[in-house]
This record gives sequence, C-alpha cells and structure tokens, in this order.
Amino acid sequence: MFRSHILVCGGTGCTSGNSIKIYEALVHRIYKEGLEKEVHVTQTGCFGLCAYGPIMIVYPEGAFYSQVKVEDVDEIVDEHIIKGRIVTRLLYKETVADDGSIKALNETNFYKKQCRVALRNCGVINPEKIEEYIAYDGYEALGKVLTEMTPQDVIDVILKSGLRGRGGAGFPTGRKWQFAKNSPGKKKYVCCNADEGDPGAFMDRSILEGDPHAVIEAMAIAAYAIGSDQGYIYVRAEYPIAVQRLTIAIRQAREYGLLGKNIFGTGFNFDLDIRLGAGAFVCGEETALMTSIEGNRGEPRPRPPFPAVKGLFGKPTILNNVETYANIPQIILKGADWFASMGTEKSRGTKVFALGGKIHNTGLVEIPMGTTMREIIYDIGGGCPNGKKFKAAQTGGPSGGCIPAHLIDTPIDYDNLLAIGSMMGSGGLIVMDEDNCMVDIAKFFLEFTVDESCGKCTACRIGTKRLYEMLCKVTDGTATMEDLDKMEELCYYIKENSLCGLGQTAPNPVLSTLHYFRDEYEAHVRDKRCPAGVCKKLLRYEIVADKCKGCTLCARNCPVGAITGNVKEPHVIDPEKCIKCGVCMEKCRFGAVIKA
Amino acid sequence: MAKKIDVPFNGTKEQEEKLRAALKQLRVEHGGQGLMIAALQKAQDIYGYLPAPVQQMIADELGVSLAEVYGVATFYAQFSLYPKGQYKIGVCLGTACYVKGSGDVYKKLCETLHIEGGQCTDDQKFSLDATRCIGCCGLAPVMTVNDDVYGKVTPEEIDGILAKYN
Repeated sequence: MFRSHILVCGGTGCTSGNSIKIYEALVHRIYKEGLEKEVHVTQTGCFGLCAYGPIMIVYPEGAFYSQVKVEDVDEIVDEHIIKGRIVTRLLYKETVADDGSIKALNETNFYKKQCRVALRNCGVINPEKIEEYIAYDGYEALGKVLTEMTPQDVIDVILKSGLRGRGGAGFPTGRKWQFAKNSPGKKKYVCCNADEGDPGAFMDRSILEGDPHAVIEAMAIAAYAIGSDQGYIYVRAEYPIAVQRLTIAIRQAREYGLLGKNIFGTGFNFDLDIRLGAGAFVCGEETALMTSIEGNRGEPRPRPPFPAVKGLFGKPTILNNVETYANIPQIILKGADWFASMGTEKSRGTKVFALGGKIHNTGLVEIPMGTTMREIIYDIGGGCPNGKKFKAAQTGGPSGGCIPAHLIDTPIDYDNLLAIGSMMGSGGLIVMDEDNCMVDIAKFFLEFTVDESCGKCTACRIGTKRLYEMLCKVTDGTATMEDLDKMEELCYYIKENSLCGLGQTAPNPVLSTLHYFRDEYEAHVRDKRCPAGVCKKLLRYEIVADKCKGCTLCARNCPVGAITGNVKEPHVIDPEKCIKCGVCMEKCRFGAVIKA
Repeated sequence: MAKKIDVPFNGTKEQEEKLRAALKQLRVEHGGQGLMIAALQKAQDIYGYLPAPVQQMIADELGVSLAEVYGVATFYAQFSLYPKGQYKIGVCLGTACYVKGSGDVYKKLCETLHIEGGQCTDDQKFSLDATRCIGCCGLAPVMTVNDDVYGKVTPEEIDGILAKYN
C-alpha cells in the first residue's frame, strides 16, 4: 500500500515543458529518501489543461500543482511528501477555495462542465502499463463481446448508440460497420486513422499517448463485428511519443493474449500493426490513407466503391478515427442508452475539443454535444486573455469556417456547425480576438491547402492557388470589389469539382469569412485599410507628437533608420523607408507609436 | 523548394549494409505489401536525407522503378532530397501558433539565418522548416531545434536561442 500517489503528466504539451526531467528528478528523490515503498510516482497521459503545464497531482490530498519546474521538485518532496505541508504557491489557483482548502479538480471551471468518455483514462492511468488499463475495466468490453455477443449484436449496439465518426464528417459508425460486415470476402481490414492533420487539433494524439489500449481494444471489437483478423493504425510520424506508447501497448496486449491467435480462448484471431504516415494532410482522407498504407503516393480514389466494399489492398475495410474508437469500449460496457442519453438528438455522446489560440485555458476538453460555444469559450476556456474582445472561433481546421461572435450561443453539434458554414472537423477550436484579421486567417488556411493539395484534381490544385493569389491581392490592397465576387464564384467551382474532402471543403474558410466578415474584406479593398492592423502592406506606423517624449529609443532600434527627430522633441517616421516591423511600437514606453 | 547545395554523396559501406538489412527486415514484417514509405523512412534515418543513389538502392531492392520511388519521396513532407543542417529548426505554423504570432518568429529566423524555409545555412549548421501543428498548442507559439522544444517564443528571443547552438 502506498500512502501517496504522485501523477506527472507525460503528454506532449507537458513533455515539451520538461515534465520528463521532473518525473526523473522526483523518482530520484523518492528513492534517495527511501520512500519508494510509500510513495508511488507515475507518468500519465494528458490532463487537458495544457496552458498550465507541466502538471502534477499528488493524492490523497488531490493537490494540483501547475507550471512545475525541475527546481520545484525538492520543495514538493521536502514540504509535501515528507512534512505533509502542501506547497500552496504551486497550486493551480482555481483549485484553492476561499478558505484556503483544496477544491476537487472537477469542481473547477475548466473541468466542471466536462464529461470525459473518450478521455476518461487520460491523466489517470499510466499508459505504458496494461495492468492499469485492465484495473479500469480495460478489455472487459472485448471479453463481453467475444463471449456473450454475436457480431450483429455488436453492430446493433453501436447503431443504437447513435455514435458518429469523430474524424470530421460524422458518418454513423454502426452503419459503416454494417456495410463492411455485409460485404462478401474472407479477408477484411480494420484501420484506425491517427493521421491527425488539422492544425490545432491534438485530441487523437492525446488519446494515443494517454490511453492507447482503449483504441486497441476497440479495434479488436470492430474486427470481431465485421469479421476481420488484421488491423492497421496509421499514425503521423510527427507524433513520436504516441508511436512509442502504441508500440508498447501492442506488445503488452500480445503478451497478455489480447491480440494474436485465439483471443480469450474463443477462437477469434486479430493482430495489429502500426504504419507511419510521412506528412501529407490529404492522407487523413480515407481512400488516400489506404493508398498510403499500400505504400504509394497518398492520392484519393473515387468513391464508390466505398472502402467497406473495396478498401485496403482491394478488400472490405473499415476506417475509424481514434476518438471514435475510444468511445467504443464504454458503449459496449455501459450500453447504447447510456451513450445516447448524452448530447443532442442527432449528435449523441460527447466530443473532445482542442482549445487553442487567444484563450486563457488552452488544452483539451470533452463536453456533451450541444454545449454552446459560449460555455466552452468563457466558462471552460476562461475567455480571451489581456481583456481583448472575442471576435471569432474557427472550427474544423482548413475544412471549416469561422464562427462570428454573434453566433456564440449556438449549441455545438454536427448539423448546427454545418448550418452556420463551418463543420465539426476533428475538433480543433481556435479562438481569435480583435487583433486577428479574418482575411489573413483565410489566407493562412488557403496557403495550407495549396501546399497540401495532392494535385490530382485540377479544380483543387490550380483553383486553390488562384484563390490564394486573390486573397494576397486583398491583403496587399490591390484587389477590386469584382475580385470579391470572383473569389466567391471560384470557391463554389472548387467545391463542386474536387474528388475528395480536401478540395470540397478547402474554400470553406474563405466562404465563411466572406459571409460573416465581408466588411473586413471591403475595408481592405475599398479603404485600403486592415481593421485589425495585421496586413503589413496596409499598415502605417505613426508617432503621436503629444505623447512622444523624444527619448530616441525608437530611432535607435529602427533597423532601417526610418525614424528621425531631436532628443526631447517629437520624432517622425518616414513611411517611404519604414518596413513595418513594429519594433518602434514595442520599444516605446509611452504608447506614442500607433498603427494608423 | 530547398536550396540545392552540391553535396557529393558520401554514403559509407556500413550505411548501405544497414539499409539493405533494414529492407530485408521490413519485407518480413510487412509480408511483402506496402513497403515503400517505411523503406524511405528507414533510409532517411540512416542517411539523414534521400539522395538519388539511395533512392536507386531502394528501387533495386524493392524491384520497382526509380521514378516510382522518387514519386513517393517527393509526395510526403517528411522526406528530404537534400541534407538538413546539424540543427534542424522547426517553427510550428499550425493555426493556434499562427494566431499567436509564430509567423513573426518564422520571419525573424529567416532574416537572422539568411535562409528561407526548407533551406540550410551555408555552413550546414542550421536548417529551417515551417512545420505543421506539432500538438503542443498550449505552448504556442512553438519552435523546435532538433529535440529541444521552445514554447511561447517571441522574435526577440531568437538570437538567444540560436546562440545556444553556436
């Protein structure tokens, strides 16, 4: 029996903040004190509150230490572990009640409204120990499926639960499985899409890093349901920690007889291999992903035939996203009705969102479908930092759109997001404030899709490029009002004439910003002005004579010598020489430099 | 497009043996199906990049044409036909980092190192790439130098960070 448990986050966010060194220092100290039989130190997956990483929790007190540094380890051991005095200075502020006592984590604003199904084990168990997963009901669902249910029973449960694909498009998972089950053929494949490419979305990686066995178990269940004996997990090579933990998890599952031949003595065979992606966004599209597993250039194929009929290596295949799989064992154990009781009528269950951008609590949150954007951004996310005004939220990555502030009370589910011109996507939610230019954001996404278009369809390959050039004209101030109309027309042309989801959705960021922020586009075109002060070509820096004290700091720091003036007299910027780097504005201590 | 530096290919006999052994191993693991990407990944691990002679070796071993190997190697962002610097700098230009100003960090690096993305400094010390989201959005904007991760980076900090590697 341990008297104390210390959980150190080993997700990528915290690891980047040196949490591995913290973990090692902690283990080292505990051994040095001879406390290894009393205090258990373990490394877990992501807690979700990445903004405050590296994170550490000490039980039984439930002390949630945030932004821990390696230097803090000694103090934590000396004070908390040895003397039993909590190190108040390191506690996450939200967990300290007014009277100084510690509040439970799930009473804090960030966790209160969350409902963790897919993330339930992340930050709880050690992902590198199968025993810990099993202790939390792991592989019980697989056992139940293999011993008590027929393949059709499994599919019926998934159908009834209303689970829809969490990768973006939201296709009902049960129907996908049913198609694959009904397809004739002896050899079938189960694939997992872990090629998480949407910039700003990292829930799949966190699940793989924090709870890899949940995905393995779910894939085995899927294999049983459709009659497959081989699976592939296609994961980005850019996710080294996820790949490593998956590799360990697969090895352990094989050792325990949970993968391989004759699982649970039922005669059911299933094994799993990892395939590393090599950095191509289009490979998140299902047919492109399969082409890539086959070792080729990851170009999409026309559908039909759908993968459920003719997929990987020409055999019936199902492909689901990581988060979708992470829900499956829970649905089997707790039942379809339990799952369907969460969320909205057409979007059941929960969804994980990656909060990023101009928001206080960046990180991962899992909320029931139907939660409003306002609750996510203000109640959970803590709003925009530095008192800035919320302007828009971007969902769905390069395929999605920007949701303006006046639609902030929209309950989030698949259909509502589509209706307001965005989409669920994989669940990235990037918050933007008044300092972000919406044309610039649209341009940013287009640059991404130009780069990532695989080149197969002309409308996507050339269309996105032309669209990008038009956006450049807008941000340079050389576009005309007709260009805006042409842009819109081109958007629809690209959507209608592209084979796969990448091209069909690539114009969405432009269309949604044109729709909701047309005034901003018009300001660029008509007034040659960027209201947010982002687009460099349209910017002019000026010095307000009344505020300038003539300290010469700006002139000394200007890299091109564009600022002139005598000491203790107001300075001026020569717009011809100015390269708009903004150094003068940063350096000025009197707020005298402004963007005009 | 990467800067074409004329680096003569000087792969060693050991590297070649290592690659051939790795390809043999892969063939067993993959059951002969869909080897190409894994083969290129192994080769890049061994050589650091994928020059024409290495692509030719893979083509011979897998029994496919050089064009096919080249086609796959140029499709994926992970593969580089040119050598990288001793210190590989990556700046995340994912959305979360971008809205928090990683574009300025990237520009500052280009100016300081006098190279563009995908290029390598003349002394082959630093190479610079704009990367896709690396998933630590909580630390935005993020840059990496080999395996070191720097979070919440500002353009002013660049000189100090680079100095650590000089």
